[in-house]
Amino acid sequence: MRNPFSVQPDERPRPVQAAFNYLVVCLLIIGFFWVSLMQVGVALDFGFVGQYRARIFDGLLLTLQISAGSLVMSLLIGLPVAVGRGSRILPVRYLCDVYVKLMRGTPLLAQIYLFFYIVGTAWGVENRLVAGIIILSIFSGAYIAEIVRGSLNSLDAGQLEAARAVGFTRRQTLRYVVVPQLVSRTLPALTGQLASMVKDSSLLSVIAVIELTQTMQEISSATFNLFGTYLFLAGAYLVLTLPIMFASRYFERRLDYAHEDR
Amino acid sequence: MRMKIDDLKRTFGDRTVLDGIDFDDEVNTLAIIGPSGGGKSTLLRILGGLLEPSAGRVALDGEQLPVDEAGLERYRASLGFVFQDGGLFHHLSARENIALPLRVVHGVRESEAAERANALLERFGLASEGSKRPAQLSGGQRQRVAIARAVAPRPRMLLLDEPTSALDPEYTTEVLDLLRDLKDEGTRFIVVTHEMGFARHACDKVAFLAGGRLLEYGSSAEVFGRPRTPELKRFLGKLLEWSV
Repeated sequence: MRNPFSVQPDERPRPVQAAFNYLVVCLLIIGFFWVSLMQVGVALDFGFVGQYRARIFDGLLLTLQISAGSLVMSLLIGLPVAVGRGSRILPVRYLCDVYVKLMRGTPLLAQIYLFFYIVGTAWGVENRLVAGIIILSIFSGAYIAEIVRGSLNSLDAGQLEAARAVGFTRRQTLRYVVVPQLVSRTLPALTGQLASMVKDSSLLSVIAVIELTQTMQEISSATFNLFGTYLFLAGAYLVLTLPIMFASRYFERRLDYAHEDR
Repeated sequence: MRMKIDDLKRTFGDRTVLDGIDFDDEVNTLAIIGPSGGGKSTLLRILGGLLEPSAGRVALDGEQLPVDEAGLERYRASLGFVFQDGGLFHHLSARENIALPLRVVHGVRESEAAERANALLERFGLASEGSKRPAQLSGGQRQRVAIARAVAPRPRMLLLDEPTSALDPEYTTEVLDLLRDLKDEGTRFIVVTHEMGFARHACDKVAFLAGGRLLEYGSSAEVFGRPRTPELKRFLGKLLEWSV
């Protein structure tokens, strides 16, 4: 009988074996938290879930809306910025470059406060939800620009020359060669970025957008059930992000045409 | 096909790669040989409309090489180009690599394009590889698909840039056999190659390019049998050093 906990190099675990090992890992993690809770002497109580289910549901819905809205908007920002970073017009190139560096180099929390209270107030963006989506999109757009830039750079010049050689116009080259190859290269990373955005949207609670985190904070202070609410909160985010991460992994395998074994 | 080249020059920065090429002859099957860096690939890419010449003129059958993009697109579509590494589109199956340009560039109906792609795959011994992507094919198979893609729109001429340089010897033979078959059917081609046996026995004419100049040109029997310039003698002598 082979060791159920190990595989040979390059061997894929059998489904039963994978499931068994995942179970073991989950039990270990749960056990660790269980023991920790015992040590602190806290009894978990999830009674608030039934009591506040309408508000929790609204918060969850708003988190999803913010994430979806920000995904669309950050793509609209990230794509042109990715192209702009290769621009021959220097102010455009440097603007895109500085934008990416500023967004990636500063904490989202600081961006939220600065944008909402200074830029937002100055330019009349008073709706907190709209402001939240804009801020998150500007933040995430920088990461998307990086992702897209990376795939643009990894486009093989030979592919473009081959497209010219078969007689494609520029437009046809874009449509039949560049876009399909870019999509397959960026989709896994973009999906991963969506998972990050779901999590990052929790910071919008600081400007009192009543999304999932803010909802749970309010419930927490009303019920004095800090551990229950935050454990539930973490679980709720996992329910949102885990499927996205699986989708990302799926795209990665499905679209990896550069490898022979599919 | 009548190919006329007048004082063709190409420089990259301050490096002169083609230094005044003149040519005027009927071309059926032509091999371009010569040392690396001699300008062979540059010449072929100019002939294929993929690279702009710095100076000089090129005309095929009396038609000048276009300078505008739209004209160049039509010009390229009328030729079949095969790259050293095949240049197949990574994200498309072998069949789609052949059929897509037929549909998009040449306006062939979908069913007919698929039919023509399948017929070519069959003929080139690739019947069971049609659904595979380039990464799943061997080097020789990839190159045969690339040739199938190039001949599918029935171009007036094939241009092949070292089509076997990246291949193992057994695949090289596979590809060269295919080219000889195409020649026997009347397909015209210009091939840049290091396969001297193929240049000598399967091509009517041979051009020897070195240092950016066309040093010798003539029938293959003539060029290989009685090399005139010391450059060609030295080049062929080097090749013979390790031959069996």
